[in-house]
Amino acid sequence: MKPLLDVKDLKVHFPLANGSSVHAVDGVSFQVNEGDSFGIVGESGSGKSTTAQALMRLVDPVAGSIKLDKHDLGALEGEALRTLRHMLQMVFQDPYSSLNPRLRAGQAVREPLDLMGLGPARGRDKRVDEMFRAVGLHPDAKRLFPHQFSGGQRQRLCIARAMVTEPRLIVCDEPVSALDVAIQAQILNLLKKLQIEKHLTYVFISHDLAVVQHLCTHVAVMYLGEFVETAPTQELFASAKHPYTWSLMAAALSPDDTTPSTDRFTVTGEPPSPINPPKGCRFAGRCPFATDTCRAEKPPVKTFAEGHKVACHYAGELTPPLPELAAHAA
Amino acid sequence: MDPVLEITDLKVGVDTGRQVHSVLDGVSLKLTPGKTLGVVGESGCGKSMTALSTMGLLPDRFAVSGGSIKLMGEDLLAAKPARMRELRGNAISMIFQEPMTALNPVLTVERQIAEVVELHQGKTGAEAREIALEMLRAVQIPSPEDRLAAYPHELSGGMRQRVMIAIALACRPKVIIADEPTTALDVTVQAQIFRLLRELQDQTETAIMLITHDLGAVAEMADEVAVLYAGKCVESGPVREILSNPSHPYTRGLMACTPRLRLGAAAASAAEEGLGEIPGMVPPLGRFPKACRFAPRCALADARCHAEAPPVVPTGPDHSALCWHTNKMEQVA
Repeated sequence: MKPLLDVKDLKVHFPLANGSSVHAVDGVSFQVNEGDSFGIVGESGSGKSTTAQALMRLVDPVAGSIKLDKHDLGALEGEALRTLRHMLQMVFQDPYSSLNPRLRAGQAVREPLDLMGLGPARGRDKRVDEMFRAVGLHPDAKRLFPHQFSGGQRQRLCIARAMVTEPRLIVCDEPVSALDVAIQAQILNLLKKLQIEKHLTYVFISHDLAVVQHLCTHVAVMYLGEFVETAPTQELFASAKHPYTWSLMAAALSPDDTTPSTDRFTVTGEPPSPINPPKGCRFAGRCPFATDTCRAEKPPVKTFAEGHKVACHYAGELTPPLPELAAHAA
Repeated sequence: MDPVLEITDLKVGVDTGRQVHSVLDGVSLKLTPGKTLGVVGESGCGKSMTALSTMGLLPDRFAVSGGSIKLMGEDLLAAKPARMRELRGNAISMIFQEPMTALNPVLTVERQIAEVVELHQGKTGAEAREIALEMLRAVQIPSPEDRLAAYPHELSGGMRQRVMIAIALACRPKVIIADEPTTALDVTVQAQIFRLLRELQDQTETAIMLITHDLGAVAEMADEVAVLYAGKCVESGPVREILSNPSHPYTRGLMACTPRLRLGAAAASAAEEGLGEIPGMVPPLGRFPKACRFAPRCALADARCHAEAPPVVPTGPDHSALCWHTNKMEQVA
């Protein structure tokens, strides 16, 4: 099967006044098949949101290609890009700042149809009603303004607005991280339900591994502008091989485990600056397994079963410091 | 052990000009030296208002209308503003959620830590500087000597939160209130901050009130838990009790809503696991239901729940819940 989204060697650099640049995304490649959801996990500053914005062409890549279906998204400009916009939509992190406070909810959801001239003008209101129902809002709420909705309802509006153009791909940038846990569950279940009903494809950005495991079919772990590990979800959580992935897994807290995580695997420090990323492995400075090789040479990408790719010199040779993973590997 | 902080039947209201809406209604909490109390609930449940009442920092138009808050026997609600200033940052201090807005952007790290010990302990000059340095070491900031002269914007989020913890701990307080201290931080940094708080607590016997919406953080940090919903404490007890045998439908709902990481062999079955939901949302102030406040969102609610306020029902050792149906919990998610 041909992938719906094919990203090759994507690079986004932001120039600085002194001539150097921030290497926000530094050579990222992935494919997403129709109906899949591709999760990108990482900490702040890893470049996951910039990747999302580059897919939407909200920031321009300095290198690489983005293909959506048969269209070369990365190369399109102006009107040609605009006419394609209905195929890809985005849901942002903060439902408070991503809705125009002066537009009524119904107008906000209808606006993409009007702007792109989709469907007969008369049918658009009916389409907006359908969208409201699909995301669990009553069509009567169309006349309300964003401030009259709660955070969760606003995110439902944003999802309705993203879906109204019948996009092939929706890029979700941390869509639940601004929401309370009970509301987060409602929105995640809604995204899952809509994906099945409408056969949607997601690129899902998150810092929360548990959320990604719950929603995504494939996961990429991003660190300082690069993917350090990519795999189908089940494969990744069953047998993760990169020390950074391990550190994220070990740092996740579960309500089922009340023993303090003192003995658990942790890394020290914080990610280095993306202005002058380290020469060798970018994680080497924080990695307890790092050797001189790691600090000097860029790690090769090794491929394991089921398209499991790991960028680590010692991938497959290290024993995972997490008991669940070690038991599974043995 | 005697509680160091005891909140009894605390009532707080907000005056909208036309009427007074209840914000907290009879919240009782106890903090023990060296132990952590997790205060859990969604936004709008009264977690932060409990903290701000204790600190004497309630915003305009919010006022305590009943109950007591005692710090080592002293009634904080009766304390004069001058006395509260003596206690705040000294015997009781607070760590806020957003270190960037809580720190003063135009003062150096040294100034902000030294200020506390100058004010409360009368230290000056080199002595205050020495304490600031010692605190930066205690919170494990790399090259602390260089960081003394740094401004908040020059530090990462994790480092800023460490500075705030250093300020909060500088006078060796009896009680620290940490209001979502790691929400703005990345998970690996969160793990470091929690570890740090636990180590410092072991050394100083400080009691911590950890305000959070994250049950994972509660499991990691808390000894005791209080679950707040719409201004009421709906369940309280030891952390293991609460998390392994939640006795209020709201607590059960929160547990079911929290996605779990399934690693190793367990990853295979993760795909089939559904995520529970609590329908609806926390009612806004002034619209709290009269009887059981959770009834409109509760799967167990019957006519009585909508008509009569539920009693506090003991459900285990030191464990109680505010519910008519504590014996039917297995029917919830």
